Amino acid sequence: MTSLAGGLKSGLCVLIVWSVPHAALASKFNMRPGITEMSVRVQQIHQMGLWVCIIIGLLVFGVMFYSMFAHRRSRNPVPATFSESLTVEIIWTLVPILILVAMAIPATTALRDIEDNEDSDMTVLITASQWKWHYKYLDSGISFYSNIATPQEQIDNLEPKGEYYLLEVDNPLVLPTNKKIRFLVTADDVIHSWWLPDFAVKQDAIPGFINEAWTRIPVTGIFRGQCAELCGLKHAYMPIVVDVRPEAEFDAWIESQRIAAELAGEAAVAARAKTWTMNELLTIGEATFVKHCATCHERDGMGQGDKYPALSGSEIATGAIEDHLGRVMEGKADTEMQAWAPQLSDLEIAAVITYERNSWNNNTDDIIQPITVYEAR
Amino acid sequence: MVAHAQTIHKQRHPLLAFAARWLFTTNHKEIGTLYLWLSFGLFFIAGSMAMLMRLELFEPGIQFIDPIFYNQVLTLHGLLMVFGVVMPAFVGLANWQIPMMIGAPDMALPRMNNFSFWLLPFAFAMLLSTIFMEGGAPNFGWTFYAPLSTTYGPPSTDFFILGVHLMGISSIMGAINIIVTIINMRAPGMTYMKMPLFVWTWLITAFLLIMVMPVLAGVVTMMLTDRHFGTSFFDAAGGGDPVMFQHIFWFFGHPEVYIMILPGFGIASQIIPTFARKKLFGYRSMVYATISIAVLSFVVWGHHMFTTGMPLFAELLIMYLTMLIAVPTGVKVFNWVATMWRGSMTFETPMLFAIGFVMMFTIGGFSGLMLALVPADFQYHDTYFVVAHFHYVLYPGAIFGTMAAVYYWLPKWCGNMYDERLGKIHFWLATIAVNLTFFPMHFTGLAGMPRRIPDYSLQFADFNRMSSMGAWLLGLTQVLFLYIVIKAIRKGAKATDQVWEGAEGLEWTIPSPAPLHTFQTPPIIAEDAVH
Amino acid sequence: MASTPRYYVPHSSIWPIVGSIALFLTAFGAANFIQQSTEKVAAEGSFGAPILFVGLALLIFMMFGWFGTVIRENLNGMVSPQLDRSFRMGMFWFIVSEVMFFAAFFGTLFYARIISVPWLAGAGNKLETHLLLWPDFAETWPLFITPDGTTTETMGPWGLPFLNTVILVTSSITITFAHWALKKSNRLGLGLWLGLTVALGVTFLTLQVVEYQHAFAELGLSLGSGIYGSTFFMLTGFHGMHVTLGTIMLTVMLLRVIRGHFTPENHFAFEATSWYWHFVDVIWLFLFTFVYWF
Ligand code: HEA
Ligand code: HEA
Ligand code: HEC
Ligand code: CUA
Ligand SMILES: [Cu+2]
Repeated sequence: MTSLAGGLKSGLCVLIVWSVPHAALASKFNMRPGITEMSVRVQQIHQMGLWVCIIIGLLVFGVMFYSMFAHRRSRNPVPATFSESLTVEIIWTLVPILILVAMAIPATTALRDIEDNEDSDMTVLITASQWKWHYKYLDSGISFYSNIATPQEQIDNLEPKGEYYLLEVDNPLVLPTNKKIRFLVTADDVIHSWWLPDFAVKQDAIPGFINEAWTRIPVTGIFRGQCAELCGLKHAYMPIVVDVRPEAEFDAWIESQRIAAELAGEAAVAARAKTWTMNELLTIGEATFVKHCATCHERDGMGQGDKYPALSGSEIATGAIEDHLGRVMEGKADTEMQAWAPQLSDLEIAAVITYERNSWNNNTDDIIQPITVYEAR
Repeated sequence: MVAHAQTIHKQRHPLLAFAARWLFTTNHKEIGTLYLWLSFGLFFIAGSMAMLMRLELFEPGIQFIDPIFYNQVLTLHGLLMVFGVVMPAFVGLANWQIPMMIGAPDMALPRMNNFSFWLLPFAFAMLLSTIFMEGGAPNFGWTFYAPLSTTYGPPSTDFFILGVHLMGISSIMGAINIIVTIINMRAPGMTYMKMPLFVWTWLITAFLLIMVMPVLAGVVTMMLTDRHFGTSFFDAAGGGDPVMFQHIFWFFGHPEVYIMILPGFGIASQIIPTFARKKLFGYRSMVYATISIAVLSFVVWGHHMFTTGMPLFAELLIMYLTMLIAVPTGVKVFNWVATMWRGSMTFETPMLFAIGFVMMFTIGGFSGLMLALVPADFQYHDTYFVVAHFHYVLYPGAIFGTMAAVYYWLPKWCGNMYDERLGKIHFWLATIAVNLTFFPMHFTGLAGMPRRIPDYSLQFADFNRMSSMGAWLLGLTQVLFLYIVIKAIRKGAKATDQVWEGAEGLEWTIPSPAPLHTFQTPPIIAEDAVH
Repeated sequence: MASTPRYYVPHSSIWPIVGSIALFLTAFGAANFIQQSTEKVAAEGSFGAPILFVGLALLIFMMFGWFGTVIRENLNGMVSPQLDRSFRMGMFWFIVSEVMFFAAFFGTLFYARIISVPWLAGAGNKLETHLLLWPDFAETWPLFITPDGTTTETMGPWGLPFLNTVILVTSSITITFAHWALKKSNRLGLGLWLGLTVALGVTFLTLQVVEYQHAFAELGLSLGSGIYGSTFFMLTGFHGMHVTLGTIMLTVMLLRVIRGHFTPENHFAFEATSWYWHFVDVIWLFLFTFVYWF
């Protein structure tokens, strides 16, 4: 696609978005047109399907209701005796076929465009795991995890629910406007599905395989979606938030992320060099635990049911440090306890283990230093 | 053994005699009754689970059941409704009606018939017992996608797998019995093109069952070996593919949904002519349409998997084939309307349910057609729009069909009429409640609410509240149905042999209640008789 | 006893419910037994094995009782031609269902060969799958090296498998000869040909065991060797189980022949067994072609 045509197209798209009355956009009764050229087309296909069904429905039900009214026994005591007509059978076989062909044509062309992943400007690798998203910008190497940010208290009805209840994350996926962005979608454990309604992108994340999808976003803003494939306990708590920024801002953001990553590397070196006190570790540890571990093991360390073991009083969390460290860093194969080594820093792992060993009913007085974690890597 | 068979009925303690009668019976009517009661019982259990889900979904946040239990209840609700309610109900109707409608003394293989039934209570007991097992019941949805159900499934998954095997054996034997009965036991002169449509649709359903239940058995067996014996069917690391599970499952699953509707088509095709007092319009095209639906059902399974990353040509092909199913289904709908056209209709309860069936099934079919449009399915898939679609085809489809059949044939079975006034109340309440429950789900789905979640964001709250209230009304309505049935059995007005003025067919030529053994000597169907 | 001259409708029978209980115990026991033996669930308080055992014993008891009843009814002349047809059709549709059971596994095999293995190696729209997830993986069939690096060797077609093909095809011929002999009232021929068929079935199974030992011990081929091993053992294993069942059925027929059962006109059980045997044979031909050969 030449840049002129591309510009025209996205210009047109912005126009469409703006010309759609806001009332319809906000309609609770219909599919949203979304904000990309593709999502608008998809919505039009939906609209076409809906109208075809409504019209045929009105016709069929109209005839039926008329018949129920006019051909009831009190009005038509003697039934007719006809029971066959090849002509009408042929008509009502052929006419629907024609309607279906007419519906299939726009669906086919739209699908062809949706599946055209060529010529992208940038690529994001999306990896799902229970129950978080990992984004990696393949062009710049930046990567991070994106977790739900709604506090547990809101879910448990202890606090009033915020406006974006269940639809907020700690680190949104940041994307630029007007670029063809290719998504590579995969998963680490079970099948998830990355869905952003406003882009009309829904792609299953299959462990061991990579699926592709793309979008081109004409406007800036914050857009929200959710995991759309049952992926276990916290399937409802796996939101997706995309923060779309103008290209220049996006580039600046990438640069800032790069610097932040470098700083984090330096901080890790510094953390290793330092000997941390129990209190420091407990504070960091608690924060880490609440953020990453409490979904399963619960804040009070009591776990949930048989499946998510209590850490309070747990043999591992009070036994040999190496076992504890190993379980947290490497996880346990084929369970939901995943390997945390790639996700957390040395300091965080050291802190969370210290925290676990000295909270609830556990009081081992053990202190684990980041250097221990570093060496265990 | 001959002597043995007789001694069983000898004088015994009445309780023993009662148990012996139902445990050892080979009579198609008694077995039909067993199927129907089992189905009804499981309907209440699975329905109560739906009530629990609707309770939790009444408001955002976690109030009554935690996500762990929600997933289990969701899975059992789906599994029980599909395998424990709709399928046994239709098999029960087949058992009662098919021999009477084709003039046969019984099913072709009566002992196997008993075997088919009695496997089911055990299978469902096993499935339900998983609730009490360590790690809880299966929690991966009725579609049990790998690897959530293999590597990550709870220990009770193995009992689920073996339970599916038992159900599968039961279904296959039941289907073989029905096919053989229809092919081999028709009274002289009852040619294929004179068979009542209920028999036709069941013949085709039984064929579908024989073709797909073994495939389900195969896929759960692969799950078992993946879980325990190191195979890698559904694991990319060994060269397999989790999506392959979905292919095999839906190769079973899509024909399965027609298994759950075709007998309903047959029922509507019996009832509408009766109350329109006019012959079924387009009998032949009805038969051919049913066959077309069955054939097409084998090649459209991929429409459940549009978002799994299939190649473009596969998505297109499956979209076209799926859309094509609307054509024969439309033919059926048009033929029903044409049957009503210029008839002389009355609207007793069976007719009301049949008309409700036609209308609301069509609405469900329409949303199915929308789902078939791949680009749009990217937005619908795994949202409440899909939940709305399949409850429209399943509740006002399969369940209304069953209820229409029960009202229609109950007087023949027990010799008493049901209470017409209550029946009508039941219909209207159910119709209002069904729409109140499931229609708003279209809107929540279009607004973007994923399915299979116990908790949702705030913008979906009002429609969910409506759905929940509708669901509780629907639940209460079914209690009314139970009352109506029991009342009819115990003290309804006596029914005539023909029961319905416009009814035609062999089952109406025998006394009401139908004696235990009918057509011991086959009736002769006249050369010029019509279906 | 027969309540109609035309069709014999049996009165109530205990065997189906015995069968239901037997299958239930078998299934329940099996689920528990499998869990324990593969250590998914602690073995203490183990109850799987005994329940499974009782279930299987009850199943065998049920079959003796049920089939015994049917045989006795048959010998008493209660089987009308129509009932005979019901039995035949029942057997036919049962075999259709068995075909579909195997179809699931053949479908798996073809899916792996045509779709999943090429995809993992980057075919079609799955190039990134190869580049990012399994860069070292190359497509071959049989799959010598899985994506995660498990290796195995393959079972060539022309040794034991080919011999087994010859054996099974021959056994299909011998059972047909036995059938002809039965139709001609040649009891001796019937016994001999049938006996030979049983012997061939047993030989097939023995060779199959030898082949499995070879696979495990020398080729490192097992259920855990990736999708090749998985499909190989599922297909040959279920086929082997069907051959075992078929051989048992043939043996029962042989015993009944020795007792003087069957007449040239009335021998449904024999025919059903022979259909089953042919079905098992045909499945093997597919197996040989697609699992071993191509
Ligand atoms: C009784 C059960 C039943 C029936 C009959 C159907 C009928 C149909 N279904 Fe449905 N379906 C289910 C049960 C059923 N379905 C279930 C349980 C699921 C979800 C499974 C899960 O994921 O848990 C599902 C999911 C499902 C999906 C997957 C959605 C997704 O997950 O993304 C799709 C997609 O194509 C689909 C399509 C259809 C179509 C095209 C029909 C057609 O057969 C409908 C044909 C009927 C009509 C169209 C109406 C009458 C016709 C006319 C009046 C003629 C004129 C009309 C036109 C020309 C428009 N169904
Ligand atoms: C034939 C099939 C069938 C039938 C009849 C029903 C009937 C009902 N279904 Fe269900 N349903 C499925 C098949 C069916 N369902 C399937 C296959 C799924 C997918 C599962 C999955 O995702 O894996 C599903 C999923 C499903 C969901 C989606 C859950 C989710 O995705 O998170 C919901 C939510 O509302 C729901 C609700 C209901 C309700 C309210 C009824 C009602 O109509 C039930 C009414 C009946 C009764 C209530 C019983 C009778 C009365 C009593 C027991 C007395 C007590 C009454 C009270 C306490 C009021 N069902
Ligand atoms: C997705 C759910 C989940 C999350 C999030 C999670 N865990 Fe776990 N964890 C588990 C499960 C499941 C087990 C049990 C594994 C097994 O032994 O079967 C477990 C086991 C453990 C154990 C061993 C306990 C014992 O007695 O067996 C420790 C220690 C542990 N987790 C620590 C952590 C820490 C630290 C974090 C956060 C950084 C964390 N977990 C996050 C699911 C989770
Ligand atoms: Cu991840 Cu649902
Ligand atoms: Cu389908």
